[in-house]
Amino acid sequence: MEYVWAFVVGGLICTVGQLLIDLTKLTPARILVSFVVAGTVLGALGWYQPLIDFAGAGATVPLTGFGSMLAKGMREAIDKDGLLGIFTGGFTACAAGVTAAIIFGLAVALIFKRTDRTLQE
Amino acid sequence: MDISKKEYEQTAKKHAGSSKLYITLPKAFLIGGAICCLGELFLNIYQRYAGLDFDTAAAYTSITLVFLSALFTGFGWYEKIAKHGGAGTLVPITGFANAVVSPALEFKTEGYVLGTGAKMFVIAGPVIVYGISAAFIYGIIYYIYGFFA
Repeated sequence: MEYVWAFVVGGLICTVGQLLIDLTKLTPARILVSFVVAGTVLGALGWYQPLIDFAGAGATVPLTGFGSMLAKGMREAIDKDGLLGIFTGGFTACAAGVTAAIIFGLAVALIFKRTDRTLQE
Repeated sequence: MDISKKEYEQTAKKHAGSSKLYITLPKAFLIGGAICCLGELFLNIYQRYAGLDFDTAAAYTSITLVFLSALFTGFGWYEKIAKHGGAGTLVPITGFANAVVSPALEFKTEGYVLGTGAKMFVIAGPVIVYGISAAFIYGIIYYIYGFFA
């Protein structure tokens, strides 16, 4: 059952993104920025955690989950380090995902060759 | 900023495809849902077989999905799925990874420093800037609130 809810909730969050793309012509970069900021706000208000408890990866895998993680990391950092936490919380929270993207991105750029596939289309 | 504009248009085209809602919405739902389902599978494996708590398992799930997305992008498979997936391939963390890896590979021809190194953040950069800033504002509110609570 948990797979069903992960599928449904994750799918619905993506459907909202698709609606924004089709109806507002927002660029992908703006969609990603909006979803992360929306997730941060929802996480800050404490409204996103219930969705994570309910849908698991259906809520953590979309970028709104990334945003809610930023808010959570910020809270934990401030609880631990006080004022300094405001400056360390955000990056600490997103460190794993961003580092993974940088390292694997660099590795792929080193290993693979792109013969202008996307440019031709 | 001719290149970044071109890059935006490419990515826009890559994720746009057909614009009929009755086609694009179900596709985004199904493909986005499938990616989250795959995430749920890893999340369960890491919790059950590695004995990790939810947050740690979720972090490893993100790393795994980012790795798979990078690999798929390298082979040119992610773009093919994205043509159908639209927001279904954009909104999950795999879309974020693709937005990093794709220009990193694409702009290799402009060198490893100003090509790969700089262009990696064409889309990820704004995401990080505004994500961190939103969290920062929340941090200030949370910190001040702490004195009164």
